[in-house]
Amino acid sequence: MLSSSIGYYALILGLISSLFLIYFCILNFRDHKYLNTKILSFTFFQFLFVITSFISLIVSFALSDFSNETVFNNSHTTKPIFYKIAGVWGNHEGSLLLWLLVLTLFTLIFLLKTKEQPLKYRILTILFQQIIIIGFFIFIIKTSSPFNYIFPTPKEGLGLNPILQDPILAIHPPILYLGYVGSSIIFSSALAATVLSFINNNWAFHIKKWVLASWIFLTLGILLGSVWAYYELGWGGFWFWDPVENVSLMPWLALTTLLHCILVLQKRSILTSWVIILSISTFTLSMCGTFLVRSGILNSVHTFANDPERGIFILIFLFSLIILSIIIFFFFHKRNESENESFFWLSKETAILMNNWFMMYFLSVVLIGTVYPIFLDVITSEKISVGPPFYHKLIIPFLVPFLIFMAIGPKLRWIKSNFDNKLNLIFVLFFSILISFLIVKNFDVNFLINLTIISGALYLFFITIRDFFIKKNKNNSQKIAHFGFSLLILSIMFNNIFSSEIITNLKVGEILETSNTKITFNEVNQKNEKNYKSIIGSFTIETKNEKTEKFKPELRIYNQPITITSEADIKTTLVSDKFMTINVVQNQDYFNVRYQVKPFMIWIWLSVILISVGGLVSFFKKEYEK
Amino acid sequence: MYGRKVKLRFLFIFIILTTLILTVFLILKSLEENVIYFQSPTDIKKLSDIYKKKIRVGGMVKKNSVSISANELKFIISDFKNEIIVTYSGAVPNLFEEEKGVVAEGYLKDKNFFLATKILAKHDENYMPPEVKEALEEK
Repeated sequence: MLSSSIGYYALILGLISSLFLIYFCILNFRDHKYLNTKILSFTFFQFLFVITSFISLIVSFALSDFSNETVFNNSHTTKPIFYKIAGVWGNHEGSLLLWLLVLTLFTLIFLLKTKEQPLKYRILTILFQQIIIIGFFIFIIKTSSPFNYIFPTPKEGLGLNPILQDPILAIHPPILYLGYVGSSIIFSSALAATVLSFINNNWAFHIKKWVLASWIFLTLGILLGSVWAYYELGWGGFWFWDPVENVSLMPWLALTTLLHCILVLQKRSILTSWVIILSISTFTLSMCGTFLVRSGILNSVHTFANDPERGIFILIFLFSLIILSIIIFFFFHKRNESENESFFWLSKETAILMNNWFMMYFLSVVLIGTVYPIFLDVITSEKISVGPPFYHKLIIPFLVPFLIFMAIGPKLRWIKSNFDNKLNLIFVLFFSILISFLIVKNFDVNFLINLTIISGALYLFFITIRDFFIKKNKNNSQKIAHFGFSLLILSIMFNNIFSSEIITNLKVGEILETSNTKITFNEVNQKNEKNYKSIIGSFTIETKNEKTEKFKPELRIYNQPITITSEADIKTTLVSDKFMTINVVQNQDYFNVRYQVKPFMIWIWLSVILISVGGLVSFFKKEYEK
Repeated sequence: MYGRKVKLRFLFIFIILTTLILTVFLILKSLEENVIYFQSPTDIKKLSDIYKKKIRVGGMVKKNSVSISANELKFIISDFKNEIIVTYSGAVPNLFEEEKGVVAEGYLKDKNFFLATKILAKHDENYMPPEVKEALEEK
């Protein structure tokens, strides 16, 4: 009871400090000698209010205070304390409060970390940031307050969806949000810099750290979601081209493009319009993702409540932000007179620009595939879905030149490059084609597609490996990230080609024999845990040339809410994952058994980690402004 | 006539425009080919001829209709007006249950038989395909 009131009033106070901040910002913007200390203290107070509110929600969850509607809807007394706390952001209201918390935290950090930047630019960024913050405050207080009361107080809560009760999913939202919300700083700062004609290499130098930080978090956030889907949903895949996944991929693509553009801006002071447009679109796409996921338009585990009012609010807010940024872009953005926009066809910036176009293409494919079904539903009320073949068909052909540019680009020099010493690049290309030919020809797969992609990925792979041994190229972050990407494509390809699976229905004691695998269903055991009952199947699997292995996939029947989830038994080695799930069908004797061998699965995760390590290296690299 | 720079710029704009048009054309064409339509059993009954393409059928799993054998699962999808018999061999998601919503993806054999290649996992125990929800509300 008490903590709910504290949380609610802290939110109101936070909103009020926003208004004060706007007032002081405008005042300080007029007479611009030094930063008004009130701005700093109010930003700090605002953060303090929001974190108070957040902590009081955590307390309500931890104490299972069911007089709070959010706690009642999403918690239960038998839930372990860890998931009680993780449940705070496992629902719509709490996750928005987390958004707001990160938003105010980043605003504070921005203010503290930019002391060397021009004062006007800092104030204007804070001003834009406050507009976003106010939007979120009003959204939370008006449509999705986490502090609503229920009277009379229920004795027991409804419980958290059991598939969300998972350690990875407990940290997935905060990490993803750090990435999403980081892009808000980039957005505000790009707008402020546009108004003040401050888009230059100094600005690029300072904003690069923010871009990198949000990029790293976004990458890791997507990875965590993907790992979770792999072992929890029981399908054994890592990416389904589900709209909910796509909305996180879109800002990632925009942010990756931005990251590369910033490098060009920093070195050559060109591509300013690109950088501004990308900064705006990264944040809008993050907001779009929030809108599509939260409004209930996309049906998924992320949809908590279908409340049209919320959707409309986010939509209006989103459109006002887009219109604001378009107006600022067209009225204030002037091209630098000194900006030398000429590109020599063989140079690093041309290669980066080419790949930016490819990224934009990938982005539009994903965008159209995600949004088209929604539009069709609204206009003709026809229900369709766009499956993986659409994405594969449109993305794969362009992946090959993309990979080759990724390999060659870093070898080129800025401004103007030439063909000296580039013969070995062609030699490596032939070498990779030869190796992939030897790999692909032994397997019954589509020859041409697999050959070209594996060649492309191998090419990038060899070139980056070679770079690690050449001292001339000192850009470690680029090498690690590009190497990680080649590894990612390679592991995805091999995973696709070499995967095998057996799906069958078995009774206890039955044996299934295929050409090279023998599955024996030994027994079924039951176990009672605090908040679920588990059914554990026990299987032995014999393969011709490997030793026998025992698998114990599990079915969990949660009591609150009553839900069945399957816990896959996964045996991971460096070479492959063996993955087994069981399921019951309508209390009949048969168990639905699925056994998969997924080669190089762990390399997919590792390569994504490598990619983000590349970002991390760049983040901590000491660079000095020219 | 025009200088070299202007000519280059024209060429540049021309190239960009053609690639843009080509890309949009390619995407739309591929969309048309790879889209999967969602139908209810009633929609299927109304069809004049049978789709050869992959479709999705959604509705409720009829009570007492599920039967399972070593390599096949059989059940009936109903939208309270019409029904369709579905056969399926493959992995069954956790939330597959009688009298719960289901979406199956696959091919029509005729108006009464559906050969599913995939049963879609739903994350939420309260999920219901939109058509079924509408049908329930009408009742």
